[in-house]
Amino acid sequence: MRAMVYRGPYKVRVEEKDIPRIEHPNDAIVRVELAAICGSDLHLYHGMMPDTRVGQTFGHEFIGVVTEVGSSVQRLKPGDRVMVPFNIYCGSCYFCERGLYSNCHNVNPNATAVGAIYGYSHTCGGYDGGQSQYVRVPFADVGPALIPDWMDAEDALMCTDALATGYFGAQLGDITQGDTVVVFGAGPVGLFAAKSAWFMGAGRVVVVDHLDYRLEKARSFAQAETVNFAEIDDIVVHLKRDTDGLGTDVAIDAVGAEADGNFTQHVTSAKLKLQGGSPVALNWAIDSVRKGGTVSVMGAYGPMFSAVKFGDAMNKGLTLRMNQCPVKRQWPRLFEHIRNGYLRPKDVITHRIPLEHIAEGYHMFSAKLDGCIKPVIVPNAA
Amino acid sequence: MPYTSAPHEHQVDTAELRRRIPGWGVDLDPANRPAVPRERMEPGGTGSHWAFPERQPEPSPRERSIEHLELPPVFGTVAPLKGLSGAIRRYAYARYSEGRAAHWLLLILGDRVDAVESHLRSFATLRPDNPVTQTGVLSEFRRHGFSSRFRTRRADRSHQWLDPIIIAGPWVLTGVVVAAAARGVLRRAAGRRT
Repeated sequence: MRAMVYRGPYKVRVEEKDIPRIEHPNDAIVRVELAAICGSDLHLYHGMMPDTRVGQTFGHEFIGVVTEVGSSVQRLKPGDRVMVPFNIYCGSCYFCERGLYSNCHNVNPNATAVGAIYGYSHTCGGYDGGQSQYVRVPFADVGPALIPDWMDAEDALMCTDALATGYFGAQLGDITQGDTVVVFGAGPVGLFAAKSAWFMGAGRVVVVDHLDYRLEKARSFAQAETVNFAEIDDIVVHLKRDTDGLGTDVAIDAVGAEADGNFTQHVTSAKLKLQGGSPVALNWAIDSVRKGGTVSVMGAYGPMFSAVKFGDAMNKGLTLRMNQCPVKRQWPRLFEHIRNGYLRPKDVITHRIPLEHIAEGYHMFSAKLDGCIKPVIVPNAA
Repeated sequence: MPYTSAPHEHQVDTAELRRRIPGWGVDLDPANRPAVPRERMEPGGTGSHWAFPERQPEPSPRERSIEHLELPPVFGTVAPLKGLSGAIRRYAYARYSEGRAAHWLLLILGDRVDAVESHLRSFATLRPDNPVTQTGVLSEFRRHGFSSRFRTRRADRSHQWLDPIIIAGPWVLTGVVVAAAARGVLRRAAGRRT
């Protein structure tokens, strides 16, 4: 089969690989119909995530058709068209039993601090991902779900991570009616978080980024107010003045490890790998939210230390909430919202790329060229 | 204003918001939010039909965090440890917990060594690494590289010039070192002849 393969920082290519085989009785093999490149894939691509091995196939957002199932699989059969959450989880451990699917203890030998994620380094379990023609899906009775007949394929694809994560991020903000919510980052997760904040009754939603084309999308897709932080001197002062000096009620970090806005933070983390991530957006969130407010962190950071302003967070009495999204837990309610027409997830997709051109797709997405917001990979293009 | 005791309740026109924002307020009640409460006991509600999953065969010893009491029953099998990078990674897992910076710094070192080993290994194959195609840099021409960067103000322009140095720098440096070493050897050989 053809598969994207990591060749070292900033380098990927498409190679022939063996079609994955059943390695556990509850495995399924899925022929990938659509996959996506996630903003967090760029942390791997840039060599920021420890134990990212040459030869791994990335891709934790994908949908496809089951081609083979293991002997203990009861819920799926070959031919089923499935959407697969980015979390790999057993469904029965201490954490899964409590709904914390992203924190499963039975799927990742390499770390206890994170569950397992498809195609996301050995720190997240050492599984291949879906930017390929076929992928192994462990715990087929637990993670994947049949794509509803009425659901568009690209909408289903967005449900496997970006939409669920954005929606989850808004929930962790504990938004109450009329709250002012600031979302840092106008990538797919930020756009979905901004959109979701309205569902929870926000009175104002402000999206902050430095890319005008993404801010335009935030206005049109998420009906948000926008601020380009590259055009003002101090985003924290700007947001304070915009909220009568109080600060926002809720701040959502939808940027993560490669945040821009501070040269030293960005270079020491994204370029020199001396921090787990550049916490610029997180620090802005801490400083711009009001005292007693809530910061929700959806941006992904590496496992190493980062220069986060915990002193301000403590002194302001903030509530910090975060986790990798337990995707499947969000689905029933999200499906209702999509079916009711409250949002069209596929509207954030800007590029559809054949698998063979994935290296250019990664560069385009990484360098933010051509108005790229969300690139989708088509592994089995006709 | 935060300096007075005047009421700060948010005054919002909910009718206007409902008209303007599709779905405004549908999840206002926390009971409608699937992530609330954070922990929700649902034994048997996940689709699992085991108390503990069957164990996946372990064809070769699988490295694991020393914070795990035992090898988890299911794991990824892609890119098993090999070479010098494998030795570094194996040591990082065997010696240091996830709480130690040395654990992660060694794993990052292993990543850099892995990249070098793999690039060198590729030269012994019919498909050596190709920095032009693998970096996707040609999309600079096909995807409006110049206008995307310079049409508007972007914060990342301050550091994007570092990328070519990070990508090509080690190769240039290696080339300089190899050339200098070769020149030294040739000079020494020439000195012996005279």
